[in-house]
Amino acid sequence: MIAAGCDVGSLSAKAVLLEDGEIIATHVIFARPDPAESAEEVMGLCLEKAGLGFDSIDYCVATGYGRNQIPFAKEKASEIACHGKGAQTILPSVRMVIDIGGQDAKAIRLDDKGNVTRYVYNDKCASGTGRFLEIMAGAMGIAVSEMGEISTHAVNPVTISNQCVVFAETEIISLINEGRELPDIISGLHRAMAHRVASLAKGIELEDDITMTGGVAKNTGMYSSLEEALGRPLKQVTSDPQTIGALGAAMFAHDALTGKTNNIQTIIPLRATAHKTCAFDMAQS
Amino acid sequence: MIVAGCDVGSLTAKAVILDNRSILSHAVIRARMKPNESAQEVMEIALSKAGIPMNNIGFCVGTGYGRERIPFVNKSISEITCHAKGAAYLMPRVRTVIDIGGQDCKAIRLDEKGNIVKFFTNDKCAAGTGRFLDVMCGLLKIDLEDLGKMNDRAEDPLTLASTCTVWAQAEVIHHLNEKRPIPDICAAINQAMAGRVAILARSVGITKEVCMTGGVAKNTGVVSCLERLLDVKIRRLSIDPQIVGALGAAVFARQHCEKNSGVFSVPKGGVSYDSRRV
Repeated sequence: MIAAGCDVGSLSAKAVLLEDGEIIATHVIFARPDPAESAEEVMGLCLEKAGLGFDSIDYCVATGYGRNQIPFAKEKASEIACHGKGAQTILPSVRMVIDIGGQDAKAIRLDDKGNVTRYVYNDKCASGTGRFLEIMAGAMGIAVSEMGEISTHAVNPVTISNQCVVFAETEIISLINEGRELPDIISGLHRAMAHRVASLAKGIELEDDITMTGGVAKNTGMYSSLEEALGRPLKQVTSDPQTIGALGAAMFAHDALTGKTNNIQTIIPLRATAHKTCAFDMAQS
Repeated sequence: MIVAGCDVGSLTAKAVILDNRSILSHAVIRARMKPNESAQEVMEIALSKAGIPMNNIGFCVGTGYGRERIPFVNKSISEITCHAKGAAYLMPRVRTVIDIGGQDCKAIRLDEKGNIVKFFTNDKCAAGTGRFLDVMCGLLKIDLEDLGKMNDRAEDPLTLASTCTVWAQAEVIHHLNEKRPIPDICAAINQAMAGRVAILARSVGITKEVCMTGGVAKNTGVVSCLERLLDVKIRRLSIDPQIVGALGAAVFARQHCEKNSGVFSVPKGGVSYDSRRV
């Protein structure tokens, strides 16, 4: 039986195919403006890898920002639930998932059965999301994918004093003008961002077993900076961290096919823990 | 006695020359890379307008972000104190001062003697500062001066849902791609800006006598949105709102000469956001 998961995010779309609960193919593409088109394309390419067609999908669960617009999905599940489910499928002992996406960051706590017990997220302030790194890479004229490798050459990392993406961009431009080395600047950026994400996660109290998912987890510099900021090692997911949400969706589809879950809608979790994102939230409180 | 005030901000530098009775001259320039160069240049312009040499200045007070690096000042005083002083000098009844600078925003509450009772500043987040408008004007390819006037031409004003400058930028790009009229987009930008500032202003308490200082006070769109949001009439100043900080510094300089006693303390009871908490 073929179960599929499709995760359409703000910047990328991901698909995972399972045959009897085992991964047979995964695929990631850059998102198109239309979520439905992104979904069709990424699933089409994923099916091609597995040598299958759309009609061979027995059940598909959609997740992500564009989940309501995916024509071939039978069910929808929240990203929070899917990231938790996906991470625990690969690492059963995991109790906390930190996911950094292109335009948000979340921390999710799970119980031993994979249920979400608490979560917190930031999608209000660009700082601490993938967008932060993207803008900084743009300012330095490098690709985001290069940042991790370059940061390994850091000798004397800078301290980034601004939290706001707009102000931090100006700050790194003046650091470049002062003649600071790119590896030192990038390493400083990773630390600043890791600090911010770690504070988010600490808002719901850290667990011992933590993993990191989302595209930013592929950045080795960010990965180690987050470990440092959390003060504990992370468990690395064995498959592509960017496809964990889609994998979780596919697992929900698999559960539906095998009769383990009959109502995915109930998996949409409890209310998020309140989180102050920027100066203005603080003024309101 | 002739005195001067010099306010070196992140984007502009301002100078005011004052005698016993009135403002002799003032100048505003775009800031240079080094605060001392900005200070020197703006002061020279103000002095030449007044037709007096530097050595005629009896006392000079510096303020603003670059105040510690102005070579010719006798004393430096915080912007908050100077803005409050300048506003109270122009408008003795004023109780709430909203100052929006190039990279920050402050709301200051004064008592009937013009003393600072409470203040809030935001310099951590670009939203609600002049920088937000700067970024948006860059996207729309219009001058900052024109942004406010555009409000009057908006027929069907749009809105921006995001607080964050980065996300709001994406919204503006979306509106541009949808070919929405520029004045309608400008109205959304001014409204969003006013929304941020209103939050800060409310946190110090809105009184009947409110005035606005700083460059953004020249943006009529933001001012009228803010009046609606706060449900108060914002008093117009008789001088360029951008020079109020420098004026306050000059008033302190004059007081110093008159009393020859230091009253230059940083206000107590102020709260600055600690956004390090994420």
